[in-house]
Amino acid sequence: MKTGVSVFIAAFVALGASWCGFVLAPLLQLGGAKQTVILQSTDNWPLQRTGDATLGLQIYRANGCAACHTEQVRQTGVACEVTLTGLGVHKPDDFIDFAKSLFVLPELADFTNAITANLKGWTGELPRTLLTCDDKSLADEMGDRLKAVGIKSETRIVATGPDITRGWGFRQSVAADYLYDQPVQLGSLRAGPDLANIGVRAPDANWQLQHLYAPKSVTPNSTMPSFKFLFEVRKIGAAPSPDALNLPKEFAAADGYEIVAKPEAKQLAAYLLSLKANAPLYEAPFTPVTAAK
Amino acid sequence: MNPTENKTSCESEINASLRVPLLALFGGAAVWLVVGLVLGLIAGIKFHAPDFLGGCPLMTYGRVAPAANDAVLYGFCIPAALGVALWIFARLSQNPLALPLVPVVAANLWHLGVFIGTAGILFGASTGHVWLEYPRPAAVLLFAAFLLIAISAAATFGWRTEQTLYPSHWFLFAALLWFPWIYSTANLLLNSNQVPRGVVQPIIDWWFANNLVFIWLALMGIGTAFYFLPKIAGRPLASSGYVLFGFLTLIFFGTWCGIPQGAPVPAWLPTLSSVAATLTLVPLLAILIVTVKTTCGSSVSCLGGPFCFVKFGMMCFIASGILYASAAWPQYSRVLEFTWFGVAQTQLQLLGFTAMILFGAIYQLLPEVMGKPLPLPKFARLHFFLTILGVLLFVVPLVIGGVVQGGKLADTSVAFADANAAVLKFLRISTTGQLLVLLGALLFAVNIFIMTIQWKIGVARTVIAYIKSPLETVETSEVKS
Repeated sequence: MKTGVSVFIAAFVALGASWCGFVLAPLLQLGGAKQTVILQSTDNWPLQRTGDATLGLQIYRANGCAACHTEQVRQTGVACEVTLTGLGVHKPDDFIDFAKSLFVLPELADFTNAITANLKGWTGELPRTLLTCDDKSLADEMGDRLKAVGIKSETRIVATGPDITRGWGFRQSVAADYLYDQPVQLGSLRAGPDLANIGVRAPDANWQLQHLYAPKSVTPNSTMPSFKFLFEVRKIGAAPSPDALNLPKEFAAADGYEIVAKPEAKQLAAYLLSLKANAPLYEAPFTPVTAAK
Repeated sequence: MNPTENKTSCESEINASLRVPLLALFGGAAVWLVVGLVLGLIAGIKFHAPDFLGGCPLMTYGRVAPAANDAVLYGFCIPAALGVALWIFARLSQNPLALPLVPVVAANLWHLGVFIGTAGILFGASTGHVWLEYPRPAAVLLFAAFLLIAISAAATFGWRTEQTLYPSHWFLFAALLWFPWIYSTANLLLNSNQVPRGVVQPIIDWWFANNLVFIWLALMGIGTAFYFLPKIAGRPLASSGYVLFGFLTLIFFGTWCGIPQGAPVPAWLPTLSSVAATLTLVPLLAILIVTVKTTCGSSVSCLGGPFCFVKFGMMCFIASGILYASAAWPQYSRVLEFTWFGVAQTQLQLLGFTAMILFGAIYQLLPEVMGKPLPLPKFARLHFFLTILGVLLFVVPLVIGGVVQGGKLADTSVAFADANAAVLKFLRISTTGQLLVLLGALLFAVNIFIMTIQWKIGVARTVIAYIKSPLETVETSEVKS
């Protein structure tokens, strides 16, 4: 490095290489992404948001919600799950002993152990998971043996990992999920829970509005600040507004006043309800729970 | 760094040419540092009292937190680093700053840009991309201002009288090329009317953030440290082979870091980043060796002087780099991603590393440039101790808190609210640290302002004297005739 030119060339090559790798290549690979199709369905994914939800994304951006919330579910793997969906002629009381008697062979001891563990404290509610394993052929074998004696079961593919167990989504987030986000706000800190699937987890718009106005009124030890400025306090006119929030007493407005969401709050709630990560995709497969019912 | 640097008559000329540009850059930077830290403190307090200033949309956490980070980075770190770089370029070239008016204009444009950007974020006009929150007008101003300063620096270098190229040159030069490239790429792609679809946006943003917060600050900080450490220690920079090796590996490996391991993007991107982050330990080691060899055994006693600032800054750089690399390993990332750990690393990089080195450099060069000692040298010393204590109290609890939080989030038997509550006590300590850093920054700002005011009074006196003096000469000449 004796001359300015050699420094310039070194820096140019180094930065140029990473520019090609992390700007140009992703643009070529993903820049032309289109909707994909949901597994075992003809529906497209993701859907374009409604007008209110699209405006709500801008409220989410303007107030920096992504400073505390991620919109991204992670998964550590996939597993096969055998779920009991029908007992046939059996009663819950004698089912456990019957099921154990099905798998007396020593090589099937795993099945017996899994059933014993999974049916502990079971009182007969369905569906109930019998077996969770990594190997699809094992799960299929159990399913076949149960079917042969008239017991209904389903083999499901489920995503695994802490995020999934917490109920933050059914599968990991993938690139396709963010096709219509502008800007994409993945977030980098979970000072609040993940929101990738909040539209499925808390589908009630009124709950969302009440949570935005007074977070502590629905989750007592929340550290989320109130977004009071998205609401207005109005004097009750001839009749109370149908839009007024129905708040617990300690959070409610003074007598004769009501709290009504401004359009911004409604748009933000519409955006939150539009956040769903519940479609099985080729790159993130799972068997939807609804099929098991 | 440069024992052969001849301290001749041109020194006063160099200092005179830098006086106005540096005061313009540093004065604004000091203001933004205080503003950024106050906003950061407000954001920190919100975790203890969520409804603190809650009625005001401008002060909601999601606006204040990015505004605070950006004010420290764009408002303080970048202009202060540019000012120091201009001084180093002029000193190493042994000629006065070329086009001295250009950086003065640029400094004002820059600080105007930061003002518009900060106001933009607070009024809800943030772009929503991390570290790129400033809306379009602010981005245009910052880009133009940077180019102007880079032109002045390049011209100073081009017209140099001292021909040798020093290691500081490599780092600072690369930084001058870096910023326009990454800032224009990121803004043209993410802050324009035709934005790429989907996850390409965060990928470009991560590339930009890594290249700005990790690489650019490293280039500027190390370039500055490798000038001042040998200069203050009074001996040459140790093992220049290691320096060159560290420089090249830093820019070739470091630029590929930054994609989070759990990101919902094609797997080759986070994998490359993970490998690159591990390889980045190599330049860290090289830079550590050079720093230790240059500083250890030097007979500089500097209780809270510039030497201490720069040494502490380099220690923080190594620590920050190790945190950065460790968070990029998949098995750790699974736990540490989305926790306060990442926040701690960023703050260590900004306040512990960059800001500390810049404080030291400014305390060292400003008295030379202004031709008079610091007005309140005790404040500078106090600033040092407040800042190291503040940075440690700010960052260490967040690192530990991040690990605790990550562990609890990974354990699904712990409810989310409990995992969150477990971090609050760590946040409490770190808010105290923020307060100490802010107090230190106030002391820094006081020193800078007194110097600026003294200089302005001096200029006013000269002007008045100048206005008076010709009249006298005219009178005398009339008498003579």
